[in-house]
Amino acid sequence: MARATRRIGRKRRYSIMLKKAAQMILYRRHREPGVKGWELRRRLGSDYPKVLQLLDEYLGNLGLTVKTVFEEDGSPPENPTIDQLDKARFYVTLREELSLGDMKLVGWRIDDLAGLAVSLAYIISKGGKSPRKELESLLRTKLPGWRVEMNLNRYIRMGYLIEDENEQLYLGWRTRAEVDQKKLIDLLMEQEA
Amino acid sequence: MSAKPRRRRLAREELRRIIEFCRSVENKGLNPFLVNVEDLISVIREYFPSLKNAEELSLDAEALNHVASIIRMQSEWVKRRATSLYRDPFLIEEKLRSLSTGDLAEVFLKAWHPIVELEQITIGSLKSSMKYWRSLAPLSERWREEDLLKAEAGITTREELVKQGILRDETFLSEIERMWMELKDKATRDGKMDYWDFIGAESYEETLRRAYLASFLITYGYATLEIQPLEEKIFLKPNDAPVSKTDAQPFSFPIPISYERWRQWREQREE
Repeated sequence: MARATRRIGRKRRYSIMLKKAAQMILYRRHREPGVKGWELRRRLGSDYPKVLQLLDEYLGNLGLTVKTVFEEDGSPPENPTIDQLDKARFYVTLREELSLGDMKLVGWRIDDLAGLAVSLAYIISKGGKSPRKELESLLRTKLPGWRVEMNLNRYIRMGYLIEDENEQLYLGWRTRAEVDQKKLIDLLMEQEA
Repeated sequence: MSAKPRRRRLAREELRRIIEFCRSVENKGLNPFLVNVEDLISVIREYFPSLKNAEELSLDAEALNHVASIIRMQSEWVKRRATSLYRDPFLIEEKLRSLSTGDLAEVFLKAWHPIVELEQITIGSLKSSMKYWRSLAPLSERWREEDLLKAEAGITTREELVKQGILRDETFLSEIERMWMELKDKATRDGKMDYWDFIGAESYEETLRRAYLASFLITYGYATLEIQPLEEKIFLKPNDAPVSKTDAQPFSFPIPISYERWRQWREQREE
């Protein structure tokens, strides 16, 4: 009897933590969306990775997933330490692939999306950094000249790209959260012109 | 000049050259193995004993720092080539150039998982909204239309337009040619551009000026007009070179540039 009561209590506790975690990740409270691991630990306790796992399972039914972006660049660690998780940022992203028909739902035009694909793939191919001028000249082969600058500025504003004072472009936080870089390059290479 | 000052001057020049060279490799993202690090180190070592003052020593430190950056780049270069993400940049660029925008968008959609987020108002943004609202002029003032004078349509000349300041007083043809270049640049995608998007400007006066010049663009054969009556659309197509129209039967096609139409265009653009 006591064991059953304890089990119900634990279930209820996790259910409350699940709701808190969902609110913390989904509601935008800073300039960037998502939440840091240490913020979750402070609110949910040290077993927040377990709560995130439960949340991920729950969101799976809705076609969503909890995405972890680690602080370090490169491939994510297989068995992350608590320290790595504390420093990581968690987002909720779409789990499934989008189709061309879904594009209107997310509010993008085909050529804006193609421009973003070109920008990201080009920077990835250059090792994560490219002069803005080079990318602009490549984008001019895909977009009308007057839209190139406008689109690049939009990608920067949204966090897909970062520009430094030497007009060098890098991949931004949003790219790391939303784009499977390896898959993008693999698919591009496989695509027949 | 004695040997020592000459050697110091030479040392400064060499150090600056090393710094510039390393910086250009860093900024342009060139292959860092193009830099012979050992050579650079031996030059820095050779000149080090002749350096005396703080400025020279800081140049030496800066050069060493840049060489260290090149070594770091070399290490990253090797690491990147060893990862599964590495593909030849030239192959990727070639692929990007050859694929259509539709194909590129389709590929991207398969690798893209957009973030889901909810935006809500914060105390800070509520405060700034209140501040904005309080300083906003009433609607009656903001929507007040400028009184327009009704005038009969008539004929004008370029001289009159120059006098009124609608046209700048400079060689007319060079202005036309500049506009032709602009049209060529903007019409790269379909080889044509919407007439209103081309002549439309921030002010009504500037729009009139551009419409006037655009009419000469067509008359002088720098561009042709494409009219789609069903869609009620007019396009401007730039010609590669001015086309003489002596054989063709000339005809006029009036396009009203009314204040109302200009306002409509602006509102649509802002949407």
